[in-house]
Order: sequence, then C-alpha cells, then structure tokens
Amino acid sequence: MKLLAYPFDSGYILKKKKSIKRELLENDNLITKKIALLSGSTIGVTKDILEIFLLNEGIKPIFFEGDYNRFYEEAVFDYKEIAEFNPDIIYIHTTVKNVIDFPKVGLKKGESEKLVNEEMKRYIQVWESLKNNIGCSVILNTFEYSPYRVMGNMEAYHDNGSIRYINSLNQVIIEYARENSGFYINDLNYQAASYGLYNWFDHSVYYLYKYPFAMNAIPMVCHNISNIIKSLFGKNKKALVVDLDNTLWGGVIGDDGVENIELGVETPKGMVFSEIQRYIKKIMELGVSLSVCSKNELSNAKKGFDHPANELNVEDFTVFKANWDNKNLNIKDIASEINIMDDSIVFIDDNPAERQLVREGLPNVMVPELDEPERYIDIIDKSGFFEITNLSEDDKKRNEYYRNERRRIETQKGFNDYTSYLESLNMSSEICAFNNQNIERVVQLINKTNQFNLTTLRRTKSDIEKYIKDLNAITICATLDDKFGSNGIVSCMIASINDDAMEINLWVMSCRVFKRELENAIFDRLVLECISRGIYKIIGKYYVTKKNNYVSKLYETLGFSIIEEDEDHSIWELNISDDYAKKNKIIEVNINGQK
Amino acid sequence: MDRNEIFNEVIAIFRDVFDDDSLEVVESTSSKDIEDWDSLEHINLILAMENKFQVKFVLDEVALLNNVGEMVDLIKPKVNENE
Repeated sequence: MKLLAYPFDSGYILKKKKSIKRELLENDNLITKKIALLSGSTIGVTKDILEIFLLNEGIKPIFFEGDYNRFYEEAVFDYKEIAEFNPDIIYIHTTVKNVIDFPKVGLKKGESEKLVNEEMKRYIQVWESLKNNIGCSVILNTFEYSPYRVMGNMEAYHDNGSIRYINSLNQVIIEYARENSGFYINDLNYQAASYGLYNWFDHSVYYLYKYPFAMNAIPMVCHNISNIIKSLFGKNKKALVVDLDNTLWGGVIGDDGVENIELGVETPKGMVFSEIQRYIKKIMELGVSLSVCSKNELSNAKKGFDHPANELNVEDFTVFKANWDNKNLNIKDIASEINIMDDSIVFIDDNPAERQLVREGLPNVMVPELDEPERYIDIIDKSGFFEITNLSEDDKKRNEYYRNERRRIETQKGFNDYTSYLESLNMSSEICAFNNQNIERVVQLINKTNQFNLTTLRRTKSDIEKYIKDLNAITICATLDDKFGSNGIVSCMIASINDDAMEINLWVMSCRVFKRELENAIFDRLVLECISRGIYKIIGKYYVTKKNNYVSKLYETLGFSIIEEDEDHSIWELNISDDYAKKNKIIEVNINGQK
Repeated sequence: MDRNEIFNEVIAIFRDVFDDDSLEVVESTSSKDIEDWDSLEHINLILAMENKFQVKFVLDEVALLNNVGEMVDLIKPKVNENE
C-alpha cells in the first residue's frame, strides 16, 4: 500500500488506522502468524500500527498482548500462558523508561559496571526463560539515550555517566543476541537517534498514558519491527532492478556521451551518484541480484560503465536490459530469466512516468517514490526491502550463482536434447542431514522459497534445531555443483514418522536448480532412509498457494497415487519395497552425515 | 480560522478516527455517546488534532477535553496564535 511506503505520513497512518486495516484485510493471500507482545509500557496503539505494517507484508498477526509493564513477570513466572498461546514471534517492548537504576555521580570506580550487571540480570532472566520455555524467535529493543544529561557531555564518558551506562546496557543486549540463535534486535537506540531525541520524547503522552515515546514515532518503530518479522518469514526482496540515466549517473549517456555524464568527485552531483553506486554495490554484496532496465541502445548503455568513476561494472548485473521496450515487459523478462517472482523485485528509476508504468503493469514489483538523487539512498535504505536477519555464506555468493546460471542457459542452446545437456553439466550433489554448519542456509531456504514448496510450512531456527534432535524426523539437504560452479545448498526436506508411514512435512528447492532432476536424488535418499527404518509407505501433501503451481504434479511424477484432493490441497501415497530402483541417473551423489 | 471551520475539521477527524463517515458529532458529544471512544481512541483523537492544527496540548489541558465543544474551545486560541 503506497501510504505505508517510506517516507510515510505518520499522523495520517495513526488517524486512519481503522480504515487502512479494513482495506488491507481484503487481501485474500495472507499468512497467519502468532505474535506475543510483552509490555514495558503502554502498547495499545503500537499493536494496531504493527498490525497494519504486517498486513501490508501479507502477514496477518494474531496477538497475545501482555499486561502493562509486566514483561518480566510474564516471561519469568507466568510463561505458561505465553507457551499456551504458542507464538511464532515474541516482541519485548522495552525502552529507556524501563531502566530502574542509573549510576549516581558519587559511585566509586567500577561500581557502575556492577550496576550494569544488576540491571541486566532481570533481562537475562527474561530471555533465558523465553529461550528455554517457549523457544520461538524473540525480538529485543536496545535502549535509547535518556532525554536529559545532568553532567552535559560528560555523561558520555564519565564512570557514572548515563549515556556511557546505556551503551554498556546495550552491549549486554547485543552480545546476547549475537550468541543466542533466535534472538533479534530492533535497534530502538538507532531509531530514536534517527527520529531525533528532542522529538522522540513526548513527556505529556508519557505522564498521561505511559507511552514511552512520541505517538508520531510509533509508525517508524513498527515499520522496523515489521521489517524484521517479514524478513524472518522469508518476505525480503531478492532483486534490485535499476535504471541508468539519472539513476546510476547524472545525464543521458546516449546524448551526452561517456565523457560528459556526471559521476565522481569533480561535481557535487557526480559525488551523489558515486555514493548511490557504492550503496547499491553494498546491497549486491548481501546477495541481492542486480539487473539493469534502461531505455537505451545496448551499446550506449554499456559504454556508460567505461567511465572511470564507476563503482559498479557491467559484470555486476545478472541481467542487462537496454532497449526501447516498455519497462514493465523488460522487468517481467528479468524476473523469468533469474527465475524469481515479480513480488521479489525492487525497481529504482528517476522517471515518474516509468515508475507509474511499472506499478500499473506489475503491481507486485516494489517501486519506491524517488525525488532528488541525494535522497535516493535514504529512501531505499529506510524502506527496509532487504532487512537482514540471517546472512549466510550462501548469500555472499549468490550473484556468482546467478552468473553461472546465465552461462548454463547459453550452453543449453547448443543442445537439441535436454538429457544430453544435463549429462554435459557433470552434476554432483552432496546430500546430508541438517547440522550446525548448514542450519543458517536451511532456515533461509525454508522460509524464502515460494515456487518449489509443497506445504509452505515456515520454520524458525529454533524449530529446525528441534527437528535435528528429533529421532522420528528425517532431515535432508542437498547441494548441487556442476562444471560451471557450485550452487551451495539448494534443497531441504523434513519428513517424520506418522503411524506406519513417513510423511513429508516440508520440501523446498531453490529456483536456481529447477529442471535438473535433483528431486530424484533427494527422493532416493528419503526412500533409503525409510527402508533402513523399516517404513514402506510415504505420504506427501501439496497445499495450493498462488505461487507453487510448479510442484502441483511433483508427487505424481515421482509415482505416488492420489488419495485425497480438493481445491486447497492434495494428499499422495507411495508404497515402496526393498528392491526400490533409484530414480536419479544423472547426478553423482555423495552421501554424508548419516543421522 | 473561525470556530466553525475548526469545528468542521474536528468532525472530520472524529469520522476518520472512528472510521465512520456518517458519525453524528455535535458540540456536546462526549465519550458516553460514541461506543468506541475509549482511552486508546482518546489519545488518537488528541494526536490527530495536534497533527492537524499543528498545536500541542499541555498536560493540564488534556484532562479538560471531555466533549467536542471543549476540544474546539481549546484549539481555537492556539490556532489563532499560530496565524
């Protein structure tokens, strides 16, 4: 929804929250998630606004709302109530108003460190209790700085300074989140700074209603929390498509020529575009695929990258579209060439008419409203399209995978017969159970895969850790390498024993490796695991979503018979025997890590 | 801005906040007359007025905002100060 896109009008969102919610609920493609909000202060409006931002991401929250300022008691003593609610996410809404004790000026050296431990003891109790008794993902706030400084600037560095103290408290929070999987930080301290502390504190709403910060800051905070949550549920954007003229450099390459475009330190505008390119390069390094969509002659467009001040180069782009076709058509092609859904794409263009065309032609593509080039970065950055909650080794290599895929497509053109093409790839796969080394990637793959996804069961890291320990569960993940390079882990399966059968609870595969027959190799592994456990029946389920039609006939292809079907789902069954003939004949499989 | 203009803007805010385009709002309308007007929505009303008229209510004033007429009376001098 456009009015929820950054930069948004907070006052308008707060005023119209009821009608906004009504409109967002009309979307019939929402996933439901349970979210427990634990309170350090009044939470009412925060809950309503968080709901709106989550609905905007396609997530319909069911809330558990903790009592006013009872986060400690509820987490440590009354956790059974939270456990019964069985949340997917817990958010603890604490702020600097919850800090009980600040160091007094007269404390001896070292005593304020003791006070830090004293203060944080009860938070650690809260986190430990949630970790041990609930085990879902938990979002924590850092503390923002206090509104007053008795000692002035010395509060930042005196032994007993309040600013130094808050930094020490935050360090405890940060270290905990770094060391404990499933704990994520909503950096309230940064948000308050970004909002401006002077405006952040609204003393009358605090004394009247115990709202810890200005009401108008609530949408910004909720937008941040919702970005973390949507990222955890795999709703991050995967690709950035950029225009060239006046987006990556100043001027028009076709008219001005490479020597006259504005880029680099010579002009103010040139510096702006260099900074934009540096920022986009950093996005790319997170594993976001980068493509060009420009109205230009291809040769002219590429010439722009001959300018010595470029931070990006032609090889950085997965797909390079420079032609005179409508941009919505080009972006549609880009999506299909990278093999991602159009709702995973962000498109950046300085031209309002092009933006409008893409918005109308491809309503699922995110097209942020841009104004002046010096504000582009701020808008892309604060929109939170690429909010990271989990950065795997795989992310850093993703652009290499995309490039290899382009080379494969080129090779395929030389073959008339698809099987001989597959054979020519010299594919090999390492298949193993989930473990501590691959868990980050497993979690990510499970949560972000939409097309090859049979049950759309999303799972957090803590859930996956439980499956690893569960002796009734089989976990399988597979890599796929070929002569063009490695693809990393590209498929995961979880199956568990249900009566006398093995039921496939979850099976996902990255769109990177579709049509490579890897599913056969994985299925072979499942069958062997079943036989070794004396199980001879396998059940597979397919739940229909808007995006997973690709696998609607997967079980049929694997030889299953259908036993139940309606418009929302189908259930399939296969009986196996000890003389099972392996389906995979093309990929060389290495089996590791037997459970 | 005269009193009537402010009153009409206040009515519009009530209709937005309660998401009801046909909501009847008169000078004497108070929280007893609107079912959804609880403490949470009260803050939203005040905030929407502060944002709309670019004014700030001080602590002592918020307690006085019991009905629509009183709200308009409090806003009017502040708006005129800004003009």
